[in-house]
Amino acid sequence: MPGAATSRCWSCGTMGAVQFCSACGKVQPPVPVDYFTFFGFPRKLNLDTAALEKEFYALSRRLHPDVFGQAEDQERAWSLEQSSMLNDAYRTLKDPIKRTEYLLRLEGIELEEQSKQATEKARATGELKKQVVPPDLLEEVFELNMHLEELRVQKKMGEDDPGLLEEIGKAKLSLEEKYDALLNELKTEWNKWDKTVDAGADRRKILDQMVDVLNRRNYIRNLLRDVNEAME
Amino acid sequence: MATTDIIVGIDLGTTNSLVAYMQGDSPVVIPGEDGLNLVPSVVALDEKNQIVVGNGARKYLIETPERAVYSVKRLMGRGAEDIQDELKLFPFKLADDLQQGEVLRIKIGERTYTPPEISALVLRQLKRNAERFFGAPVTQAVITVPAYFNDAQRQATKDAGRIAGLNVLRLVNEPTAASLAYGLDKKKNGIVAVYDLGGGTFDISILKLHDGIFEVIATNGDTHLGGDDIDNLLIAIALDDIRGDLGLDLGRSGEAVARIRKAVIEAKIALSSQPTAKLSVDLPGGKKYQREISLEGFEQMIQPIIDRTVGPCKQALKDAGLKPEEIDEVVLVGGSTRIPKVRRLVQDLFARTPHTDLNPDEVVALGAAVQAHILGGGSEITQDMLLLDVTPLSLGIEVAGGVTDKIILRNSTVPASATQYYTTQVDGQTNVAIHVLQGERELARDCRSLARFDLKGVPPMTAGMPRIEVKFLIDANGILRVSAREQRSGQEAEIDVQPSYGLTDEQVENMLLESFDYAEEDFRQRQVIEARREADTILTALAKAKKNHAWQEITNDERRNIETLEKDLVAVKEGNDDDYHAIRAGIDALNQATMRLAELMMDTAVSTALKGKAMDEADLEERPQSGHSMAKADFE
Repeated sequence: MPGAATSRCWSCGTMGAVQFCSACGKVQPPVPVDYFTFFGFPRKLNLDTAALEKEFYALSRRLHPDVFGQAEDQERAWSLEQSSMLNDAYRTLKDPIKRTEYLLRLEGIELEEQSKQATEKARATGELKKQVVPPDLLEEVFELNMHLEELRVQKKMGEDDPGLLEEIGKAKLSLEEKYDALLNELKTEWNKWDKTVDAGADRRKILDQMVDVLNRRNYIRNLLRDVNEAME
Repeated sequence: MATTDIIVGIDLGTTNSLVAYMQGDSPVVIPGEDGLNLVPSVVALDEKNQIVVGNGARKYLIETPERAVYSVKRLMGRGAEDIQDELKLFPFKLADDLQQGEVLRIKIGERTYTPPEISALVLRQLKRNAERFFGAPVTQAVITVPAYFNDAQRQATKDAGRIAGLNVLRLVNEPTAASLAYGLDKKKNGIVAVYDLGGGTFDISILKLHDGIFEVIATNGDTHLGGDDIDNLLIAIALDDIRGDLGLDLGRSGEAVARIRKAVIEAKIALSSQPTAKLSVDLPGGKKYQREISLEGFEQMIQPIIDRTVGPCKQALKDAGLKPEEIDEVVLVGGSTRIPKVRRLVQDLFARTPHTDLNPDEVVALGAAVQAHILGGGSEITQDMLLLDVTPLSLGIEVAGGVTDKIILRNSTVPASATQYYTTQVDGQTNVAIHVLQGERELARDCRSLARFDLKGVPPMTAGMPRIEVKFLIDANGILRVSAREQRSGQEAEIDVQPSYGLTDEQVENMLLESFDYAEEDFRQRQVIEARREADTILTALAKAKKNHAWQEITNDERRNIETLEKDLVAVKEGNDDDYHAIRAGIDALNQATMRLAELMMDTAVSTALKGKAMDEADLEERPQSGHSMAKADFE
């Protein structure tokens, strides 16, 4: 059931649904709502992706510009905006990480990595963005970076050290395991959050924990990328 | 069918173009006057400086190559700087007076045209074919484009449609269109990969078909890879041979290259079903070039070209998050997929036999017709059908440091949007400049410049105060629209668009008007031709009449007058003035002067008939009305 809030239909006057009138079916002017509301889903992080997909197809059939090939200019314009919102919403909610990041944004929290200011400053000065090393990885990261530097030097000299490659390979595996584990940790936080949506408990703490998980995960992702590059 | 209901589907191809429409439950291609479905995308100027399009234009590629053009799709939406490679391989000639930053213009004979204008001529031919077929005007169309076409290339195609007098309701990606034709009656569900290798472009699209929904998951390709590249390779080898064997360097001879090209294409096609093919070219100057090509040799030659399709296929699969085994069906589109080596490559890539039931030349046009039908309201068979396509390239903004900030990622379902916020750097600043790009690279200079947007009318405030909300929307055609609003004042910003490689709206309007002018000129030409023909008819009739004894029965004065007017008419008809009115006047004068002669001849004919003689000279069925003029009486 798309959109909880309803407004008066411009065509038949009934109080209809957000995207189109439930009485006469005419497309409505787009209203800025968040993606969860757009789909008529609660702001919960565990999401039935099959149900989401079904709703996406159903809404697409009603809102896509092709369906309005013979309609008035105004309706065509509205359908264009509505369907772009639909696609943006679907794309965001479909992916677990994007969904989490979106929710955080809705709650007013920005991930460290994504901070626009930090990005712009980094680009302007040419410096690398400051990435906080997750404390539990400090030793591992230090050792790995040393190995990677060694590897780069060796490559330049044209040398080959299978022992070093093996070490790095092991470190890489360990990181990948941690990377996957973090997704599970995130899902634990999801469950906590979803409970609060119904109960209304201390949500801020849970959000902060989610931020922490994502930051750690992003850090490892970037590190793995460096490892892969160095090993090529 | 009401004329407003006609929406046709058009495949504007590199090598061939087609127009189709939905006839009941199936799409069909509309043939040309010559009965053929394919209209070669060739435009030429004939000896009388008239535009010729299609099959009729092909001979000019060889006879007068500097007055003919082909494969202009390769130039659409591109600038002079980035077609240097094309210029080496194709006989395109840029206009002599082309300025820096101006839209590309190509020379055909003495005239110059932009690529959209040339494409518009092909579209106009297709439009005419459709109008002839329906006996009614056709003004609405769906036109297909390669999925990997960028914004500028798409806009150029839309412009071409407009110049041709067509309202382009939708641009559809070629592989998606093909999938529509494929999935129309089959109600298939599953994952389909469309491998589209045409004359000049390559696309690979991966779609999910599901209860009538055709959802593109990922798309990739190369807009400069196709059969043309195979042809050019073979031409280069032939020229090399000729240099070695016959000591002739014919690279610069337009005519020689055109003949070699024709032979090479015939050989290439033959090798799709034969183990060897013979190249035989009559070179200008009397010499002959002959070479036998084995299938094995051919396959070795084209391997590197075909291999260029592998990268995009792998990337598309990666973007879709799928392995080859997870693809249910592979559909082949485009003439070049007839090459056995290409089919084997596809087979290897996707670990299955590709689907080859559909005509690879027509399937895109047929799909476009289905989409045209859907846009026109559809019918039972298309009731549940919906196309969900994607944008092939990431959209980005240039930010400080020359870096691209991606705001809409590739393979995002369209319509798609992104909102960005801008502010001013200087007190009282009323303009904000935005540079938009397309591409996957990090640096702006490695991406494709789409356009520069100048947001005007920002209310003057202290620097940093304005909060300008800029909305980027990629519509269902894959084309970008930008709107902007300063949030504090609520003021809509006026946006000045400078397309990096395209025509401004004003330029398109002018070209549309000009095309009417050319139509005028063409129309006048036709009038002159018709007048000349009429003059010929009356002069022939007069020549015959002089042998008739009625000629003796008119007075000397009359004979002299007639002969003077006859000479005058011949002079004005054969003259270079193309003066329609002078020819017309001459015809009328001669008609007038020969009225009595004609009457006498009619009487003779009648009296001879009464005498029972054979009437081989007079056609008594076509009895002319009062004023028996020479032209009207048939003496054939």
